[in-house]
Amino acid sequence: MKPQTPDLGVTFCGVTFSHPVVLASGILGTSAALMARVAAAGAAAVTSKSASPGPRPGHPNPSVLKWGPGFINAVGLENPGMDAELSILRETKRLLTEQGGGVRLIASIFAETVEGFARVAERLSQAAPDFIEVNISCPNVAHELGRPFASTPEDAAAVTRAVKSATDLPIIVKLSPNVTDIAEIAQAVEEAGADAIAAINTVAGMVIDVRAARPVLANREGGLSGPAIKPIAVRAIYEIYRAVSVPILGIGGVTTGEDAAELMMAGATLVGVGSAAYWYGPEVLGRIRDELAAFLADAGYTRAADIIGLAHAAGEGGHG
Amino acid sequence: MAPNTPLTGAQVCEPLLYRVATVVQVEEENYRTKTFTTDLVLPGARPGQFAMVWLPGVNEKPLSLMDRAPVRFTVAAVGPFTRAMHDLRPGDHIWVRGPFGNGYVLRGTRAVLVAGGYGVAPMYFLAQEALAQGLEVTVVVGARTRADLLFLTRFRTLGVNLVLTTDDGSYGRRGLVTDALDELLQGEYNRGARVYACGPEPMLEAIQSLCTRLGIPAQLSWDRVMRCAMGLCGKCERNGWLVCRDGPVEIIS
Repeated sequence: MKPQTPDLGVTFCGVTFSHPVVLASGILGTSAALMARVAAAGAAAVTSKSASPGPRPGHPNPSVLKWGPGFINAVGLENPGMDAELSILRETKRLLTEQGGGVRLIASIFAETVEGFARVAERLSQAAPDFIEVNISCPNVAHELGRPFASTPEDAAAVTRAVKSATDLPIIVKLSPNVTDIAEIAQAVEEAGADAIAAINTVAGMVIDVRAARPVLANREGGLSGPAIKPIAVRAIYEIYRAVSVPILGIGGVTTGEDAAELMMAGATLVGVGSAAYWYGPEVLGRIRDELAAFLADAGYTRAADIIGLAHAAGEGGHG
Repeated sequence: MAPNTPLTGAQVCEPLLYRVATVVQVEEENYRTKTFTTDLVLPGARPGQFAMVWLPGVNEKPLSLMDRAPVRFTVAAVGPFTRAMHDLRPGDHIWVRGPFGNGYVLRGTRAVLVAGGYGVAPMYFLAQEALAQGLEVTVVVGARTRADLLFLTRFRTLGVNLVLTTDDGSYGRRGLVTDALDELLQGEYNRGARVYACGPEPMLEAIQSLCTRLGIPAQLSWDRVMRCAMGLCGKCERNGWLVCRDGPVEIIS
């Protein structure tokens, strides 16, 4: 029997996506033209680079390096500040509308204080993105700002409540894998009003150049991404899916359509792709979408939505 | 590649961490510019490509390759990183990753190379390759004033046609490199000619409009601040284009 073309569409917080593969934040989200290019190349949504109330220069170089099976970075949330970001988002929105492909826009935000998160959320909502992504989990600013808000249920919930009251847009709270119990944090942000959860941010790590006898990153420690962290992401998504009922944007080490299917089977509705652009360029999202379609057809699934959380059926019961 | 063909272990694990190079020679080019020759060889590197150079404890910056075997860099002391480069002595180490990006692609029968300021480094690399391919090579070197003109002896030694300009007329032709280039490309000369340029952005933009007007294909190398150099961070974006990965050389035909 010839496999039929599967339906790739998914619904996330009531918003329709043409397929599950989206551009993760922090990669290629620096300009409207670049995000439009990624959208035209097949992303179902693009996420802008996290913006804060004022401009941040980020950390000096070295700040992004290839390392064995992945990458390590400590860019340090470089961004032009929310006023300049608002223009970028408006221009991105205009370009996406012009393209007419229904590509969604996710505006990522960051701040040093709970109140700051609310201010950025309110300001950037004026660009009318489809979602606000609340980045409480960057591991690379701890020296400067102390531990991330995603480190405790209380702090994560406080930011979630503040952002929720500052915008009418659905909010996605991005969690850190660098915690003992990510499910507990997920429950806390769900109770605080998060419409969705993104997981995972980068995994805290360090690479030392033994000939230089010092950490290679100027920030010394950084966040790991790429294939090295995929199993960490899959496990985190699996745990979160068991603990909450809001949908999950799964992120971490996806380079193929089968990787995307793996994160979906763990419980993700959407799958973020970032570091894979190293191998395939900005066109990687369309490639992974096509591979996901090929996998679904080959395995006999008719709808992408049918594999969300499917791995839970193999063992104990999931939610829903 | 077939869908869902995973990356190979070698692709995934390809290490891009640094190669340690030893500085073997330091030459003064002018009052604030030095050329550093290392013991590192990058056999596949192309003129126009760049490397990320890390001075531990200082910073990491993109530098144009001035040669590949051995790797050489020409650096003006204009900031903390480049001043630290200028403190290097033979025997000191630098950390190098790369080469990155797309270099120039020699075409046609007549190569017109335009170097503004520090753009001489990749142009010197390219001139050697163009001569080796038997092309007729003209190099236009421009700078603000005589003291800023670079590589005159190097280019004369190569035996290329050399056109020199200074903004103030203190040496060579007075005016901008684009004026000299405009004159050069008139009449018969532009047949089979291709323009290759590296220098300040206003110069590149002027060359782009000139070559478009004259219908001559041009290759221009754009300069941006870089972080990853691997097409990920978006720091070097220019009109939706990633200078590190799609460039730095833009081919306009």
